[in-house]
Amino acid sequence: MAQPGNKPVFAPWNDPHQKPLIQFKNVTKRFGDFVAIDDLTLDIYAKEFFALLGPSGCGKTTLMRMLAGFENVTRGEILLDGQDIARVPPNKRAVNMMFQSYALFPHLSVANNIAFGLKRSSMPKEKIPARVEEMLRLVHLEQFANRKPHQISGGQRQRVALARSLAKAPKLLLLDEPLGALDKKLRQDTQFELMDIQEKTGTTFVIVTHDQEEAMTVASRVAVMDNGRMIQVDTPDRIYETPNSVYVADFIGDVNLIKGRIESSGGDNYTIQWAEGQAPITAAGPQGLTSGTSCHFAIRPEKVAISAEKPTDRSNALQGKILDIAYLGNVSTYHVELANGQIIKAQVANNRRISRRDMTWDDNVWVSFTDTAGLVLLK
Amino acid sequence: MNRKFTLFNATSLTLGFAFLYLPMLILIIYSFNASKLVTVWAGFSTRWYGELLQNDAFLDAAWVTIKVAAMSSTLAAILGTMAAYVLVRGGRFMGRTLFSGMIYAPLVMPEVITGLSLLLLFISIGLDRGIFTIVLAHTTFSMCFVSVVVSSRLVTFDKSLEEAALDLGCSPLDAFVSVTLPIIAPAVISGWLLAFTLSLDDLVIASFTTGPSATTLPMKIFSSVRLGVSPEINALSTIMISIVTVGVITASLISKRSIARKQGEERTAATVDASAA
Ligand SMILES: Nc1ncnc2c1ncn2[C@@H]1O[C@H](COP(=O)(O)OP(=O)(O)O)[C@@H](O)[C@H]1O
Ligand SMILES: [Mg+2]
Repeated sequence: MAQPGNKPVFAPWNDPHQKPLIQFKNVTKRFGDFVAIDDLTLDIYAKEFFALLGPSGCGKTTLMRMLAGFENVTRGEILLDGQDIARVPPNKRAVNMMFQSYALFPHLSVANNIAFGLKRSSMPKEKIPARVEEMLRLVHLEQFANRKPHQISGGQRQRVALARSLAKAPKLLLLDEPLGALDKKLRQDTQFELMDIQEKTGTTFVIVTHDQEEAMTVASRVAVMDNGRMIQVDTPDRIYETPNSVYVADFIGDVNLIKGRIESSGGDNYTIQWAEGQAPITAAGPQGLTSGTSCHFAIRPEKVAISAEKPTDRSNALQGKILDIAYLGNVSTYHVELANGQIIKAQVANNRRISRRDMTWDDNVWVSFTDTAGLVLLK
Repeated sequence: MNRKFTLFNATSLTLGFAFLYLPMLILIIYSFNASKLVTVWAGFSTRWYGELLQNDAFLDAAWVTIKVAAMSSTLAAILGTMAAYVLVRGGRFMGRTLFSGMIYAPLVMPEVITGLSLLLLFISIGLDRGIFTIVLAHTTFSMCFVSVVVSSRLVTFDKSLEEAALDLGCSPLDAFVSVTLPIIAPAVISGWLLAFTLSLDDLVIASFTTGPSATTLPMKIFSSVRLGVSPEINALSTIMISIVTVGVITASLISKRSIARKQGEERTAATVDASAA
């Protein structure tokens, strides 16, 4: 997300003086023999909007449930504000969770659902109605205070669940796929509402999602998980532009992956040999890779240009034939098959309403990219 | 499937129901008989109901029965709910399967054996037999029924509701009392009613575990019938049939309502509503 000019950039993870709100230290969680979380170390800072992203079954919910106190830790420790929370029961943690199923109390009205936690806090009784009112306003549900959960719609229930978990002003709010049950339009509106609420309340949010677009939209940092392990934790733009592995590059957005071998290097510029009879690719990568190492070259489709003539201003140009064109409205994706069968996707913005189709199926074309457009990945 | 109401169906239905209800019907009809002779019809009268109200022995027995039923069903509802909760929610513990099996054993145990074993127990620990021992005995066998009803409700109960309560600051006990119990209440009440009616018409176990001081209504009826059936007994039995019928019907109505409620709840949990916002 772009930051306005003089506003300080929110990046506590780069500041060595900042103390993390949550620290996972070599946390392992086993269910019997099954390792759900595998030696995970992670810091989350106050006021962050932290997204956990990963395929189903990779351990996101388990991670949240350990934070909320519903699962104990097999090995390692979790610190909240510097204190080990292993022995603190869920009802004593300054952490609230919004459940995947919302888990609203069916026998209580919307207002009483929201007041439920407040009645069990140190808040004086006479202040509770005002707080409930405030929360109802926050999620725009003032008229529904006296309805029962089954008398309101799915989107409204989701907001009641949010209000209920925010009412006690927790230090940390856990949201487990909060928008999973909503349709796309409502989902996008709610994402912005969530960001707005997070900013207003200053609460630290940890959100679980399996929707990468959602993670990129709302989060200050995104953690990509696989099989109980953290693969990469970074800001959305860095996750997208500099993924640390083939897994992350492939999981987030669309990518062309070319398997090859490093042939020679000059500083952090490499020549990659990738197919017989094809010109090598020159690309930037992490320093110090030795020649002969096998690697993947990753490049996003929108960074690949397509032209009828061989371009002269780009260091990499490969010739091929248009196999397929996918028109997506705002962009078109060209699938170009190279001589050795490798398919490269090139994305072109449709910035004119009726574009002249100067390229079509089976045309011979050139796909090209600069040497800084792609990335050399080792794993 | 052929859903036509055939002659065969009609006959089986009639036979089946006649088998079930004819004896009771006769009993009820004769309770309104004016004649003292039980088998000779001499016109309609409510005379025996009136005499019943004058009969102190019967009224005492009725009072004992109601006290026993009220106390034992309440105890059974509490203990049975607790047992169900632990068996469904307690996670894995040593011998859990054994316990789940054992809780159902008294359901199929012959009453004579239950009664006898309880009698031996009371004698060996030197407990004076009377109302108190009948209450204990009835609690023992009816709590299994409560536990069955309540656990079948608990297995469909969304566990995340309890977790949400804990998350919002409830102690485990508070979570049970303010979230679980109100939601499973229909099942508990229906279990209570079942226990109440079971206690009301139990003869065998009560006979084994009572002492000279306490006689329940079924015991009283049984002993007087041995001296000959009187129209008063018919009247009394009719009253008992009505009470039990009302109890059982109410229990089943409550179970039905509980199911409806549960569905409402599930709608709450599993969202998706396109028209939302
Ligand atoms: N209580 C449990 N007992 C055994 N296995 C579990 C339990 N909870 C989760 N798991 C397993 O742990 C893995 C991670 O689950 P979960 O954290 O729910 O994944 P996610 O939320 O990322 O989809 C899954 O393979 C799941 O089957
Ligand atoms: Mg999950």
